[in-house]
Amino acid sequence: MVTLNHYLILSAILFSIGIAGLVVRRNVLIIFMSVELLLNAANVAFLAFAREQNSLEGQVAAFFVIAVAAAEAAVGLAIVIAIFRNRGTVKVDELNLMKN
Amino acid sequence: MELIFFYIFATLAVVTALGVVVFKNPISSAFSLVISFFAIAALYAMLSAHFIAVIQILVYAGAIMVLFIFVIMLLNLQKEELTERRASFLFKGTLVLFLGLFLGVLVLILKPLSSGFGIVDPNFGTVKAVGQILFTEYWFPFEYVSILLVVALIGGVVLAKKDL
Repeated sequence: MVTLNHYLILSAILFSIGIAGLVVRRNVLIIFMSVELLLNAANVAFLAFAREQNSLEGQVAAFFVIAVAAAEAAVGLAIVIAIFRNRGTVKVDELNLMKN
Repeated sequence: MELIFFYIFATLAVVTALGVVVFKNPISSAFSLVISFFAIAALYAMLSAHFIAVIQILVYAGAIMVLFIFVIMLLNLQKEELTERRASFLFKGTLVLFLGLFLGVLVLILKPLSSGFGIVDPNFGTVKAVGQILFTEYWFPFEYVSILLVVALIGGVVLAKKDL
């Protein structure tokens, strides 16, 4: 029998993988993909709780998360393109203009 | 039966999510993430969130990932190489992270929160049910999201313009 715990553990595992990707990778695009992974982990938890509480409000929250993720991806990738055009790289190590 | 399907899709989702972090080639990561989204959509369907499952495939696996792959191909990225010193530092950080996670999981296993899901209404999670609550109780955030999408659209065009 699948319980709420199964889904919460899955959500936690996906979230930690996303955090690991956020920390480890140097490529801006992979970091973006890790952020999408984090949002998905949150959605799994939202929907599991919605099913447990028998309430549709969790599903509405997941719907808004997906809408915001779409907007975030569009703006973020536009910024990546602008950075690549100006600096010629997408490695976060080499984007240290503010440091000096 | 349900448990078997849960484990199949959950394993697929976790393994492909790990692939996103591990693969050196950004295109491999992107396709791995698409498979992960499909597996997660299947889990949404198992939680009787049919509408969200369809949206997940259409918007995430369809629109967002196509955008990602477009940008990766547009930028013509090379494979990423990790330097030795940074790699060992990051390995330790990741190890600590996963240790903390497994401790949390252990606590959850030893102290169960619930015993299975109850009976669900057959209309739960359908387009009609979600649409009804979306357009009555949550009409304002819904309209607000449409403004957000317009702003994102304009922002994307302005930022990606040639002479920024």
